[in-house]
Amino acid sequence: MKWVPNNLDRLLEALIEHLYLVFSSIAIALIISLTVGIWVARRPRAFNVTVIITGILFAIPSLALFALFIPVLGIGKAPAIIGLAAYSLMILVRNIGLGFQSIPREVLEAAHGMGYGTWRRICEVELPLALPFIVGGIRIATVTLIGIATVAAYINAGGIGEIIFEGINQRFSEKIIASGVLTALLALSTDYLLSALEDRLRRRSGREAR
Amino acid sequence: MIVTDAITWILDNRSTFMVAFNRHMLMCVISLGLAALISIPTGFMVARSPRAAFVSVNTAGSLRSIPSLAILAATMPFLGIGLLPSLVALIVLAIPPLLLNTILGIREIDPAVLNAAKGMGMGRREILWQIELPLAMPSIITGVRTSAIQVIGGAALASFIGGGGLGDFVNAGIALMNMPRLLVGALPIALLAIVAEILFGWLERRFTQKR
Repeated sequence: MKWVPNNLDRLLEALIEHLYLVFSSIAIALIISLTVGIWVARRPRAFNVTVIITGILFAIPSLALFALFIPVLGIGKAPAIIGLAAYSLMILVRNIGLGFQSIPREVLEAAHGMGYGTWRRICEVELPLALPFIVGGIRIATVTLIGIATVAAYINAGGIGEIIFEGINQRFSEKIIASGVLTALLALSTDYLLSALEDRLRRRSGREAR
Repeated sequence: MIVTDAITWILDNRSTFMVAFNRHMLMCVISLGLAALISIPTGFMVARSPRAAFVSVNTAGSLRSIPSLAILAATMPFLGIGLLPSLVALIVLAIPPLLLNTILGIREIDPAVLNAAKGMGMGRREILWQIELPLAMPSIITGVRTSAIQVIGGAALASFIGGGGLGDFVNAGIALMNMPRLLVGALPIALLAIVAEILFGWLERRFTQKR
């Protein structure tokens, strides 16, 4: 353990870069998934097709997906963020769809009866009720992306993966293990924080519904 | 067109391509098979004991939070480079989804069904083979599917630790900035994963319907 204490700033920099990659991808994917998810939630066939297509996208190995982007988008942060956003679509769309499907019909009818238009109903009634599911989706997507984003270093996107690749090339085990542990801790703590948020939302919306 | 260039390269270098392809398949099949042999029986053993199940679920959950790349890289200091460390890493990658889904599948079985089976005079072994295994099957298949996707993706990264396989073409393609060569690796890797996803997804739906 000599490298880690002397390179804490380097690790911190990689960590911040990693979070930047993950959160910008999630933000982009969230905008797309909310639009698509809300639209397909009440259309079972469209929902199934969306889940299958995004599922196939999710199955493509990260190395292959990033590699397939190189001829079109080149290397760097932008193609990495696009690739990572594509990965999280499946998880986000599925959870957003399930969240909206979980809202009882009567609630929608009540909103309609109170004279709510579609837009107002979505924003003021459906979105708050579906929120625990949406946060659940964000949690799973974020944890998954934290792992996959390490491979993005391969196309010069930076992040913690860069240190893992250095470790592989220099046969430097400490770099490999330190960055592996750092990534795992990042994933576990994100999981913990977002689970806590999800629980709180679920309890709150449970009380309000009753 | 780079895609046609890639296909031409494959046709011109059929034997080189097949060596890498077979290596890739070998890594996937062996690691998935061994991981299944380890995790499914373990899942059955621990599922009925709350404490053992708790420990396994949490261990598998934390193992899952380590990125594939780090698991592959972490085998290097112990096992060096080549096929063996790649296989070990891929088995480690494939175990958590299989184990978690096996435990989940068994725990979801209605206790009334097991009591009925006992009441009918079925023994431990009969209950395992005729009740628990068939009922847990859809969940186990979900585990196999998740693990298969993990392993196919992980095998692509094995090239970094000298495991060979299709990832070698991607590496060579990037090193030489040779786009067709890059696709010679990337396209088959992607196709392999897509085929596995569709195939296991279909299997999963079939088993769920039968139930």
